[in-house]
Amino acid sequence: MPTPEEQIIVIQKLHKWYGEMHVLRDINLIVHKGERIVICGPSGSGKSTLIRCINRLEEHQRGRILVDGTELTNDSKNIEKIRAEVGMVFQHFNLFPHLTILENLTLGPIWVRKIPKAEAEEMAMYYLEKVHIADQARKYPGQLSGGQQQRVAIARSLCMKPNIMLFDEPTSALDPEMVKEVLDVMINLAQEGMTMIVVSHEMGFAKSVAHRVLFMDEGQILESNTPVEFFENPQHERLRLFISQILH
Amino acid sequence: MELEKKHIQQATQEEIRPPVTIMGPMGWIRANLFSSWFNGLLTVLIIFLLWKTLPPFFKWAFVESLWRSDGTACRDAGGACWSVVSQNFRFMIFGFYPHDQQWRPLLSMAILVALLFYSRNRNHWKKLLVYAWLTGLLLMGVLMKGGILGLVDVESTQWGGLPLTLLLAVFGLTAAYPLGVLLALGRQSRLPAIRTLCIVYIELIRGVPLISLLFMSSVVFPLFLPEGVSINKILRAQVAIILFTAAYIAEVVRGGLQGIPKGQLEATETLGLSYYHTMRLVILPQALKIVIPPSVSILISAFKDTSLVVIIALFDLLKTTQSVLSDPQWMGFSTEAYIFVALVYFLCCFFMSNYSRRLERELNVERA
Repeated sequence: MPTPEEQIIVIQKLHKWYGEMHVLRDINLIVHKGERIVICGPSGSGKSTLIRCINRLEEHQRGRILVDGTELTNDSKNIEKIRAEVGMVFQHFNLFPHLTILENLTLGPIWVRKIPKAEAEEMAMYYLEKVHIADQARKYPGQLSGGQQQRVAIARSLCMKPNIMLFDEPTSALDPEMVKEVLDVMINLAQEGMTMIVVSHEMGFAKSVAHRVLFMDEGQILESNTPVEFFENPQHERLRLFISQILH
Repeated sequence: MELEKKHIQQATQEEIRPPVTIMGPMGWIRANLFSSWFNGLLTVLIIFLLWKTLPPFFKWAFVESLWRSDGTACRDAGGACWSVVSQNFRFMIFGFYPHDQQWRPLLSMAILVALLFYSRNRNHWKKLLVYAWLTGLLLMGVLMKGGILGLVDVESTQWGGLPLTLLLAVFGLTAAYPLGVLLALGRQSRLPAIRTLCIVYIELIRGVPLISLLFMSSVVFPLFLPEGVSINKILRAQVAIILFTAAYIAEVVRGGLQGIPKGQLEATETLGLSYYHTMRLVILPQALKIVIPPSVSILISAFKDTSLVVIIALFDLLKTTQSVLSDPQWMGFSTEAYIFVALVYFLCCFFMSNYSRRLERELNVERA
């Protein structure tokens, strides 16, 4: 296990409410550099909300979140700094439909990183090669299959050279036969040592790449364990029920 | 077996035509005009009405009509008196603009039409086009106003007719659109002051008819100015039109903004794009594309609404036409004169809607 100096995300006593509803309750989580964490749990358990707090798509009300030493506050400088380090892939891809695949990838590098267009395109092509989709660079997102779109979304995030990647149910909106092509890309990424937090119910993926699997229910982390222990020797009654249900 | 094969071969070789009843003109008539007894009845009725109305109209407009006579000759003729248009053409088009200088508004309009046609092609949408428009508008202003380069100075009170209508419309619409977009964005702003200001502005302007805004600009507004200061009447009407149209554009654009999924914003946030870049590069291109049809409706009606400036005594195309009709010689030929005006308006509006449909088609190529 990595040494404590390499803690990259520190979450302490995190609480979040939507109006009256208490959606995150006392979350404590430390993620080390290069660590890969899979979070699962029933819908409405707060797993998406948790990772969306890490890059400030959602605001937390109590507790602290530190990403690579920078604390997330209302200070827009800090938010900017953290977002530059954290990439995110969404359930519904969220590609920009009016731009070509290549333009989707170069938008961030050109306008945020101020990289010259030619250089940004070269980099974009490199990442498109990596997700095996370089031949589609001139097409529009609407012309691609779901699996291809999600791979483009991953490449788009990678173009910003993040240190951490968040995945919010990246395969839930895909046809079954396209899940594998996306997971393969994610496994490759894991093998290169990317720090990843993945909200997913893909047990095969969790078993093959995760260091830790977390189980969330009603806004709390109920269990955190290695994948083998997690699936074969669940401690919590609620988790046992959950696992028996997703196995069907 | 052998025979069967031969038969199949023959059948594929000679093309089998569908029966005559569903093909050709007969088929078309059957399918479109007489598909049921009710439709058949309607067809007969409409043909009867057309037969009753079209030939007389044709006779009135073309056969017994006079094209280049004076008013007295017209009174004895049975048909249309197009002379009211042809004899007063220059006044209707140019109003009180000095007769020997009328080539200047004519050239201005030619520049405008040339620019519009050049802009039709999306490949020309580059920086150069912006400069071309700026130079063109400046040139048109200089041509109309004069006073430099040896051109005789023409007071704006003498401007009128079609150039005035086009001026109010083109400047009005090009200024109102960006203003409307800003208002729409302001209405969605997180800053309460800006949001409230935009809502108040939009609701206030939309709750008031254009006529009252024009009256305010021409009658009320000058009361607030210090003595001796006066702002050009056309400019005041122009500002009123811009403010009015912008409020409507703002609401249409807001509808487009709401049609963009939230995920698009989240994606730009994660990439770290600034608000300005998010709007310019991601949100507005999509939102404005959705609202092309309703925006064009607003632009068309704004174009026609410029004719309301008659009530503050500006001589736009409609007003010059009315003036011609108050001349005793041409009194009573309003049908012909207004048909002509309607045609001019129709041509302009048709160009706009045609252009918008073309734009929509071109932008839609992106979606498979």
